[in-house]
Amino acid sequence: MSDAAVQIRQVYKIFGPNPKSMVKHVKNGISKQDLMDLHGHVLGLKNVNIDVRTKEIQVIMGLSGSGKSTLIRHINRLIDPTSGEILINGQNILNMTKAELRTFRRFSISMVFQKFSLLPHRTVAANVAYGMEIQKLEKRTVSERCQKWIDRVGLTGFESYYPAQLSGGMQQRVGLARALATDADILLMDEPFSALDPLIRTDMQDVLLSLQSELHKTIIFITHDLDEALRIGDDIAILRDGSLVQKGSPQNIILNPLNNYVAAFTKDINRGRVLYIESVMDDGIANDAIKIQHDTVIDDALQVLIQNNTTYANVVKNRNIIGQVSLNNLIASLSRPKVSGDSPV
Amino acid sequence: MNFDMPPAMDRQDLRDLKKSIDLGFRDFSRAYGDDLEAFFDPLLYFLVWLEKLLLATPWPVILLAVGVIAWFGARKWFVVVGSVAAFLLIGYFGMWKDMLATLAIVSVSTLLCVVIGIPIGICMARSDKVRSLITPILDVMQTIPSFVYLIPVVMLLGIGKVPGLISVCIYAIPPIVRLTNLGIRLVDKEVLEAAQAFGASPQQKLFGVQVPLALPNIFAGVNQTIMMALAMVVIASMIGMQGLGQQVLRAVSNQYLALGFMNGLAIVALAIIFDRISQNYGKRLQKHLEGGRDE
Repeated sequence: MSDAAVQIRQVYKIFGPNPKSMVKHVKNGISKQDLMDLHGHVLGLKNVNIDVRTKEIQVIMGLSGSGKSTLIRHINRLIDPTSGEILINGQNILNMTKAELRTFRRFSISMVFQKFSLLPHRTVAANVAYGMEIQKLEKRTVSERCQKWIDRVGLTGFESYYPAQLSGGMQQRVGLARALATDADILLMDEPFSALDPLIRTDMQDVLLSLQSELHKTIIFITHDLDEALRIGDDIAILRDGSLVQKGSPQNIILNPLNNYVAAFTKDINRGRVLYIESVMDDGIANDAIKIQHDTVIDDALQVLIQNNTTYANVVKNRNIIGQVSLNNLIASLSRPKVSGDSPV
Repeated sequence: MNFDMPPAMDRQDLRDLKKSIDLGFRDFSRAYGDDLEAFFDPLLYFLVWLEKLLLATPWPVILLAVGVIAWFGARKWFVVVGSVAAFLLIGYFGMWKDMLATLAIVSVSTLLCVVIGIPIGICMARSDKVRSLITPILDVMQTIPSFVYLIPVVMLLGIGKVPGLISVCIYAIPPIVRLTNLGIRLVDKEVLEAAQAFGASPQQKLFGVQVPLALPNIFAGVNQTIMMALAMVVIASMIGMQGLGQQVLRAVSNQYLALGFMNGLAIVALAIIFDRISQNYGKRLQKHLEGGRDE
């Protein structure tokens, strides 16, 4: 077994009256439009393969209609694939009985929703307790853990409020606390911050990153926002029309877009604030040069060069010099690679 | 060809058909009437017990109970004062005993409708097949003239309290069934999905999410059922149901204007009291949706 916690294997999802019989058409390469026009079926996912490494944040990105919300619902089987396999820690969850699936959902995986999906008739505390109640934990444990997570997401004092009395950001904090309180190793997040204001969104991203630095969960995070994906993801998978277009580290996606679709996606990114110098450095060691940390973004590195009135520097990682950068090559890497046509919208 | 009338069954055949249905049902009721009556005996005992209890209770206690129930249901002073005043007036005009009898019948039939109707509504909400089966039955129950189903009920069970109770229930049960079904179907799919994602079993979903979120609608159904039960007590008095309805019936057949209006208005007063209490209670069930804090 690899270090992948979640393995999505050749997953197809087709919506319609008789999806099973359509798989062969899709495998033969029928287009989404033809499948709709000729057979009256909707193509949801097409041969998706993703390995999610354990304890990392896997971002799945795509525009609306790309199948990302459908895909994430396959991982806890809110939706079953038409064909394919989904392995969690090596076990194919499609073989689970109803009871096994319930146990799996109770203890091993939890979920945060785009529209929060809190229980409106329950208070904040009772919402956070929901998953644990279903786990049939002892009352005392429930209330202890409940308080711990409410404090941890910064909702102390709001325990007896109802969701409708809270702002969107606070409601999603409840959603996050509810998901974390079950102590599951895998966390599914379906566009959790899309419904929030930009400032609150950044706030919540910080909350998530700080939690993750402690908890090390395996997180699958859906978003349509590339900035968010770059900020949060250890790895990004880009979906388009139900197919996986590219998967890789954020740096890699920006530097080596596999096709015009991905390139067009990334073209408006402020590369200077996202790319690390490590990703654009040259080999070799410069004599007499200042040292800059490998995970400094280009903007900051340029600042350092200018302040030190120099044109080149060595890149350091764990006190070892791993390469060099110059003013010229930093500026050059700010300009995006030329691509033509095929915009994502 | 004759175009005055559409083709009709031969008169003799039609008469025979009606006769055979009537005879068949008569035989059925002769064979099983006693068993059926025995089956409904517990209901009769309960109703009689409640009536006796109400009649034996000193009137100030009843007024106090009405005030307390009104307060806990509605949490509004004018509902409490209005209810107590209405009861006092009904007593003052000599309708106390009849009113208590009506109260007992309406309470028992509402209880019966809730106990039977909510589970049926839940079944309807969970399966489209069951819904398509039950909906036409409810349609018939609501539109058929209520006198018509008095006939088989009387044939089976004779006249008296139990047949009256059953006819009231037949008339009053559709709203609670419909609104339970509607309430559960209207529960936010996304909230339900969340419950499923956390591994809730079907029972946990039903009692932890669907029923609580459907409660405001279910309560609207209870309210409607009470109103319809009150409306039906007059008609049910034709088959020997005691209470205010019987006085109305007496007034109609004897052209007693004052008696008719007094008893009619007493029913209206009961209806308004029940309605205000149950509606305000239903509204308070939705408080969590409005952003007001729980006390």
